[in-house]
Amino acid sequence: MTASSAPDAVSSPAAFLPGRPWLLAAMAVGLLAMMLVALCAGRLSIPPVTALRIVAAQLLPGGLEADWSSLQERIVLLVRLPRVLMAAACGAGLALCGAALQGVFRNPLVSPHILGVSSGASLGGAVAILLGLSGAALVGLSFVAGCAALLLVGLLARIDGRSGVVTVVLTGVVVSALFSALVSMAQFVADPDSSLPAIVFWLMGSFAASGWRQALLAVPVILAGLLAIWAMRFRINLLSLGEDDARMLGVRVERDRWLIFAAVALVEATVVAFSGVIGWVGLVVPHFARLLVGSDHRILIPASALMGGAYLLLIDTIARTATTAEIPLGVLTAIVGAPIFALLLRRRQKQEMGE
Amino acid sequence: MIGLEDAGVRRGERWIFRHLGLDLAAGRCLAVLGPNGRGKTTLIRALAGLLPLAEGRRRAPAAIGYVSQSIGDTVPYRCLDVVVMGRARRIGLFGAPNRADYRAAEEALAQVDGLRFAERPFSRLSGGERQIVMLARALVTGADLLILDEPASALDLANQALLLKVIERLRRDGRHAILFSTHLPQHALCVADEALLMMGVEEHLQGPADAVMSEANLARLYGIPIHRTRVAGQVEAVVPVFLPAENGRHSPSPPRGEGRGEGDASRGYPETPRHLSSSP
Repeated sequence: MTASSAPDAVSSPAAFLPGRPWLLAAMAVGLLAMMLVALCAGRLSIPPVTALRIVAAQLLPGGLEADWSSLQERIVLLVRLPRVLMAAACGAGLALCGAALQGVFRNPLVSPHILGVSSGASLGGAVAILLGLSGAALVGLSFVAGCAALLLVGLLARIDGRSGVVTVVLTGVVVSALFSALVSMAQFVADPDSSLPAIVFWLMGSFAASGWRQALLAVPVILAGLLAIWAMRFRINLLSLGEDDARMLGVRVERDRWLIFAAVALVEATVVAFSGVIGWVGLVVPHFARLLVGSDHRILIPASALMGGAYLLLIDTIARTATTAEIPLGVLTAIVGAPIFALLLRRRQKQEMGE
Repeated sequence: MIGLEDAGVRRGERWIFRHLGLDLAAGRCLAVLGPNGRGKTTLIRALAGLLPLAEGRRRAPAAIGYVSQSIGDTVPYRCLDVVVMGRARRIGLFGAPNRADYRAAEEALAQVDGLRFAERPFSRLSGGERQIVMLARALVTGADLLILDEPASALDLANQALLLKVIERLRRDGRHAILFSTHLPQHALCVADEALLMMGVEEHLQGPADAVMSEANLARLYGIPIHRTRVAGQVEAVVPVFLPAENGRHSPSPPRGEGRGEGDASRGYPETPRHLSSSP
């Protein structure tokens, strides 16, 4: 009945932060390594040391002696680096949002798309392409529509000043369905020779258009959203207890939940606006992270972000190196993600049956 | 500490209870008794502020240590991490618990003899063990009012004893007002100063536990004969008469799992916890 050696174990630093914090460091190293691989791989492959020196030459004030060609430098600095940063940020964003929402909704099958944001952003983008807009206008319209979708979900799900989790999910599904139908409508009326393929390819997702202009705009916004959610990591733990429990512990459930939704919408709308709809990252990566570090969001949130960044970088690198034409990202994430997810599910099921 | 005045809660057109008043001071312990469906949980939730009153007034501190009846199996966290969540009020929107919070969580676990659970995943604990951990979480909130919804409903006898011991200890410390609902009059007799018997929608018997839980009142409350007796000259016991005498103690096997029978009572909880009730 009395505790034997428990107090000592409790006071150790490892117990203070749950899970295995050193895994985070390993994941960060993995992400950096994946970034280097992505910088080097491509039609013109560049030795890792050269790629590192090219980047370092930009960061160090004194500069390094250039033993690389200007073509190599242009490819690394102007083509691959912004794209690498973009892919890493988007992957981190999607995975972290997935982890956060799975916690808030207490449902492991939730992905960031559940709030209707990506459908809204898709519609915005499709309409922009339909109107012949591109560049900033496309991104802007897509972002605004994505945020409008969340607003719509929020308004519809609010009954008597309160909105339950189930209501929010169902409303998200409804709004998603509506916007998806409108996207189909936009495709239906689009010109089959020009705007239709543009819409279709944009929706399938790609970082091909990511230069510094895009990266400098998108990456800070995504990082801001990520930081906001990371800062609320303990809140997500509290919210994952369920509404009554969280409320009795003094959590303003409604407000905190919507703060997280808003941050998720910010990230999700930005990702879709700049790179199209990339599914599965937000669903699969958090599960994988959970296997490694456990369910506590204080460690699951950063782990998901690091793994998501590396994962999407890997996917993007495959997408642009595997064939001469770029494979759409949304296709690859599903082709890779679905089997992984199936394996994870089976493994978990086996574990639970074995207990 | 906490009080209700002429309070009522309604579900649709149907009143769950009405004209209910109570007042509980620090250092006092109140037990709420009533048969299934009489509104114990509704009353508890209303007291906790989770259900709005349809009429009347509620007076309660902002922070309440609350232990609900339905504790999910889905909580994947380590027990110590579950307990430390009780400190949420002290931790800002963007904060996370620090060393002091963990120290407090350990102390609360020690207070309920639950330190041995600290490192174990909450979802792997038995119902009774979870109850103990949740009580520690209620304590670590620092709230002066504890509200427990059938805290003993899933506990075996040893854990019932442990829980009652902890409640008794807290009551003696005099800092907390403790309010709990129960199916077991014996528990109320053990640790409660006062008892509230939910006789009907508008009828509530209230008073010192020993006096208000008379044989007559309890029999009327539950609809079966109930005796109170002294065991070994000192322990006051409540003995429900489940089977009439002619049926005898040695009747062949009593019907199993039929709800109100002897089987349930011997397990110590007359009501199947809600989340398990779907299985036949």
